[in-house]
Amino acid sequence: MAAKKSSGSAAVSPSNLVNRDEALAYYRDMLLIRRFEERAGQLYGMGLIAGFCHLYIGQEAVVVGMQAAQKAGDQVITGYRDHGHMLACGMSPREIMAELTGRIGGSSRGKGGSMHMFSKEANFYGGHGIVGAQVALGTGLALANRYRGNESVSVAYFGDGAANQGQVYESFNMASLWRLPVVYVIENNQYAMGTSVARASAETELFKRGISFEIVGEEVDGMDVLAVRKAAERALEHARSGKGPFLLEMKTYRYRGHSMSDPAKYRPKDEPKQVRDTRDPIEHMRHYGLENGLFTEEDLKTIDRDVKEIVADAADFAQTSPEPDPSELMRHIYVEA
Amino acid sequence: MSIEILMPALSPTMEEGTLAKWLVQVGDTVKSGDIIAEIETDKATMEVETIDEGVVEALLVAAGSQGVKVNTPIARISSEDEVAAPAPAPVAAAPAPTPVAAPAPMAAAAPVILTDPEIPPGTAMVKVTLRDALRDAMAEEMRRDPDVFLMGEEVGQYQGAYKVSRGLLEEFGDRRVIDTPITEHGFAGMGVGAAMAGLKPIVEFMTMNFAMQAIDHIINSAAKVHYMSGGQISAPIVFRGPNGAASRVGAQHSHDYSSWYGNVPGLKVIAPYDAADAKGLLKAAIRDPNPVVFLEHELLYGIEFDVPEGDDWVVPIGKAKVRREGTDLTITAHSRMVGFALQAAEELAALGISAEVIDLRTLRPLDTETIIASVKKTNRLVTAEEGWGPMGVGAEVIACVIDGAFDWLDAPPVRVHQKDTPLPYAANLEKLSLPNAADIVAAARAVTNR
Repeated sequence: MAAKKSSGSAAVSPSNLVNRDEALAYYRDMLLIRRFEERAGQLYGMGLIAGFCHLYIGQEAVVVGMQAAQKAGDQVITGYRDHGHMLACGMSPREIMAELTGRIGGSSRGKGGSMHMFSKEANFYGGHGIVGAQVALGTGLALANRYRGNESVSVAYFGDGAANQGQVYESFNMASLWRLPVVYVIENNQYAMGTSVARASAETELFKRGISFEIVGEEVDGMDVLAVRKAAERALEHARSGKGPFLLEMKTYRYRGHSMSDPAKYRPKDEPKQVRDTRDPIEHMRHYGLENGLFTEEDLKTIDRDVKEIVADAADFAQTSPEPDPSELMRHIYVEA
Repeated sequence: MSIEILMPALSPTMEEGTLAKWLVQVGDTVKSGDIIAEIETDKATMEVETIDEGVVEALLVAAGSQGVKVNTPIARISSEDEVAAPAPAPVAAAPAPTPVAAPAPMAAAAPVILTDPEIPPGTAMVKVTLRDALRDAMAEEMRRDPDVFLMGEEVGQYQGAYKVSRGLLEEFGDRRVIDTPITEHGFAGMGVGAAMAGLKPIVEFMTMNFAMQAIDHIINSAAKVHYMSGGQISAPIVFRGPNGAASRVGAQHSHDYSSWYGNVPGLKVIAPYDAADAKGLLKAAIRDPNPVVFLEHELLYGIEFDVPEGDDWVVPIGKAKVRREGTDLTITAHSRMVGFALQAAEELAALGISAEVIDLRTLRPLDTETIIASVKKTNRLVTAEEGWGPMGVGAEVIACVIDGAFDWLDAPPVRVHQKDTPLPYAANLEKLSLPNAADIVAAARAVTNR
């Protein structure tokens, strides 16, 4: 594969390939993440969730679109803003919310917290709090796929902030050198904590960051689930067919602050509102589906109601599941024989 | 006038080698840069170039000679220019350092014989260098388990920077013996990722000094993932490589990380002394479902020890070994310091002091039971480690003894460790900084008041 200039935005428009079931599923999955995160924010405000809590609101189309293109067996790994990824992977809202409240019913038995959750069943490998670490780890998952000769692809998500970490490029180099089946997804939500991309990156077009490693990169409208899915299909096929890694830069936006304790004073006050009014991924899907006759207002009402129930149930479970028994403190330090 | 060509040191730790082959004969004319001989060390075959010009007058060491000490004259060249007019000091160009610099900190690489109660009587033993024992452990485990593979810098085609992985590429191929770029942070993270996916990587660091670039993945990713996931995910991985001082390689290549890794829950930390333990413990480490940091010592790689024959020699992790029984004091040590402790015990015996020497072998989990039982018997304790003292292994051992045998102590324990300095390069200063057998003897005499 020759070194190629990245293709840039391929001007993807929602194709007519999406059917009613898919459209409803994407709408539902994005809405579940939105409502789940809103409730998590609320529980944080009530003191039921502590520590760091990074919400995914605004970025829902990225994971839902990626997941729609993945196959069973593909692994997912990400950083600390991980609630959306876990929901998209199919982990139960109950176990995620209960982990946020630090209860035994949580996916890590209350010992991981917001940033550290995993599910072998859902092929979700975390949940990592060290910015950029997931990129090397995710490349290792791809190495395992190659070693085993299976068809799986590892999807490693990271932010525009992590894109400046050295180990990302160490990983790019080896992944490309060895043609590993990995798709790197940069979720460029414009701010690494409080620092905008322009203030942190000499090259602000992050999809070009793979060029010197011969990794094809592509910029994608990360607020459009169908555009994401289409790009993901190309990227996954590329990686799965033995051509090596692929880099997707998702242009997205987080509505909330970096974490619950961030008032987000570093960006124009009306910027989130403007994005929400014009590019919101859920509204986008809603309009698209209604305009194209894929679903009706009635369908969406049913989904809204279902999602509300699921989230209420998760929140209830997260508050009623007991705290871990003190004996949990000394468990799982080492693998139990 | 003749110039003597001396047996060169081809690595920081080389003390002797085999003169494998002469490529010149008496009477040949050589000029600077010509290759005149091949020399084999325990690691590699190297070519010797002359930096002098003239006619080969004599070959002083026959081809095939083994154990030729560094700085031994191996050939004589007559300098044509000088034939008519002998100058007073033409040997100024000779490459050899003064013999003062020659002695390495360790005694010559003679076979070491250790009696070992763990090894059943009648077990056939073979003499193996520690380097090859480590290789055998990896090869046997790779034959046994297809999920085990080795990755690191120069582990494949180069046969290992210290030749520990010699022959593995040939047997297992490049799928399982993976040469990485120089990118410790990246490949350590990839190793952990592959381990999280269920494979059993052995990640070799050329030295543990370079693992500092990767320590985030060793600690934050490997050691914590099992706990953070509530027991769902684990990282069955071995991080291994030479640790601590080598020989005159300066501050950035000589760091002992024993206490760093020993501090971390979720890791197991092993630092063997002899080849039997190195083999048996490395096999146990590879089979262990947890992340293991396996600290080797470059100055032990070339030493031969007795190793039980066969591929079923596995030493359990977490068990110290009483290397020598004694009644007057207990000396704890790990890795290369065990050799100094045994040497010290010998010297102490001559003074009428009976020292018990405990080889810790595993630093985490530390075998406190064996240490405490020993101190209850001897009532006195000296700890020996190659690393720095503050927050060190000795401090931990003493804390364990205070916890478990305070009332049995007849004297305050004494720590032997490296001086509180980065390791200097100058031979005399390096020697001053590093702990040795004499330091242990002095400490033992202090705790026994003799």
